[in-house]
Amino acid sequence: MTSFPMASTREAYGKTLLDIGRSNPDVVVLGGDLNKSTFTHLFAQEFPDRFFDFGPAEQNIMSVAAGLAASGKIPFVSTFAVFGMCRPFDQLRLNIAQPRLNVKIVCTHAGIITGEDGMSAHSIEDISLACSLPGFNVIAPSDSIETIQAVKAASEMDGPVYIRLYRTAIPVVHDDDYVFSFGKGDLIRNGTGVTLFATGSMVGNSLIAAQEIATEGIDCRVINMHTLSPLDEEIITLSAKETGAIVTVEEHYIHGGLGSLVAQVTGKFFPVPLEMVALKGYTESGKPDELIEKYGLGIKDIKFAIKNAYARRTLPIAGQ
Amino acid sequence: MGPDSAPSIKKNASSTEPSGVSVAASYPPSIDELEGIAKELRRKVLRMIFVAGSGHQGGSLSEIEILASLYFRVLRIDPQNPGWASRDRFILSKSHACPGLYAVLAQKGFFLEDELDTFRKINSRLQGHAHIKTPGVEMSGGSLGQGLSFGLGCALSARIDSDSYHTYVLLGDGECDEGQIWEGAMAAAHYGLDNLTVIVDRNRIQNDRFTDEVMKLEPFADKWKAFGWNVLKTDGHDFASLINAFDSARKHPNQPTVIIADTVKGKGISFMENNPAFHASPPTEEDYNKAMLELE
Repeated sequence: MTSFPMASTREAYGKTLLDIGRSNPDVVVLGGDLNKSTFTHLFAQEFPDRFFDFGPAEQNIMSVAAGLAASGKIPFVSTFAVFGMCRPFDQLRLNIAQPRLNVKIVCTHAGIITGEDGMSAHSIEDISLACSLPGFNVIAPSDSIETIQAVKAASEMDGPVYIRLYRTAIPVVHDDDYVFSFGKGDLIRNGTGVTLFATGSMVGNSLIAAQEIATEGIDCRVINMHTLSPLDEEIITLSAKETGAIVTVEEHYIHGGLGSLVAQVTGKFFPVPLEMVALKGYTESGKPDELIEKYGLGIKDIKFAIKNAYARRTLPIAGQ
Repeated sequence: MGPDSAPSIKKNASSTEPSGVSVAASYPPSIDELEGIAKELRRKVLRMIFVAGSGHQGGSLSEIEILASLYFRVLRIDPQNPGWASRDRFILSKSHACPGLYAVLAQKGFFLEDELDTFRKINSRLQGHAHIKTPGVEMSGGSLGQGLSFGLGCALSARIDSDSYHTYVLLGDGECDEGQIWEGAMAAAHYGLDNLTVIVDRNRIQNDRFTDEVMKLEPFADKWKAFGWNVLKTDGHDFASLINAFDSARKHPNQPTVIIADTVKGKGISFMENNPAFHASPPTEEDYNKAMLELE
């Protein structure tokens, strides 16, 4: 069985943000008393005049960020995903999304691998919330290498961006020469049997599941959907046509996440059987690995979904 | 009745040209002239809401002297260049009272006066709640409690750039029920933002009822003091005291200033004054004609 080296996405973010800050004086950073956890303390130490802590007052933070953006700054706001997306949703909607202001929200501690802090700390709605805001660009990097490039890309694009990162280290699925292309699905493993669309922390497990199931005769394609809004409709439609079945894999609630987004595209352009590996509800305290297993996001769960999708595969496949 | 039957606006002597740099910007109007401008603005507000068939008149009428003082005597702005980087910022946090703001922006020449009749209509730049697509509007609003924080961001940006512009935020008193106001108040004092001034339109009426009945704000000035603010109180319909308060706020060092401006909701129209029924319900044709007579 393949295994990947593990690395922290939030640490990669903090270091990248510092680099960006050195070359772009318009970048300012806002935090809510979690700055060591989000690694924005690295920026704060070097640029104290461009760093503002507001304590845990997320509504205030988002509106302040909007005011800074409207004045020409490029604010990066960082806190935990539950506090950055759920708590100030009204401010995100009205102050940032509606005027399409250039605010970057980079949240750590997404998903359930935050672990022992329990369901209140498990961010399982944030993709849905972020994607529900028209004009918001939403990125869930699959590893530390992609995080670095996604953060740089976010700093260079005009408009609101949400980036979703994790507390614990996740598998490094890319090489150093990987090139991130915003808005384009990232084909990591080619195959003709079933397409796995995975996002964020689940790309690693999806690749392992694909490799393991290859020995059972199912040849899976694995596509890393790092950008959730805008969605790469072309790669979804093409894969539906070429493989005839889809499995989506995400560390997020089943409603409004990657599975829903993919179904929206296939439903319109090329309906094929679709299995969703996602959370069915709220969780509990526990170790990350225990939670992944108990709540149905493990390698065996992905393989089970692949087999179901393969059995329901639409034939004949286009082009065959 | 309908928009087409609405009487045309009678312009008075203090009305500025709808385009070009406003006369008042080069030659600040006297207090007497400001009184005339205030009447003109109130007529515009009423007409806008009557023509639109909806809108918030009570809070638009109570804020008129505050807006007129700012736009004709205080703010460093250029209506021909609304995006000028070093302009003073005015943020209408009580965004439902945008008819008052639109009236003053038109009077200053940010857009043509004729555009006021498009308020709340399809394809208009004058949205039901202020949005940044309107020239001169700094913030998209519509959910209360967010403008102070937004202004705080503008003020921080000025500090980072060592720019001398000043940021003004107008809050409603009912709006101060929102917790975010106090998050912002704490933060502005923490950062010692003396380039930020808040004005509270203390008209004592919110959507449903009197503020004292919905949620007590008093001791209101003491709350701001306790949050670390320089607190000024003024008659919100008296130009001389308002202008003095703005002068004093701009000079005050190391702390943000709040000006609690005592006002009357529906000010200027006898039957609307201090009457919660006129927060958001538009005037009937009879009310409108009576009101316009009072504003002759």
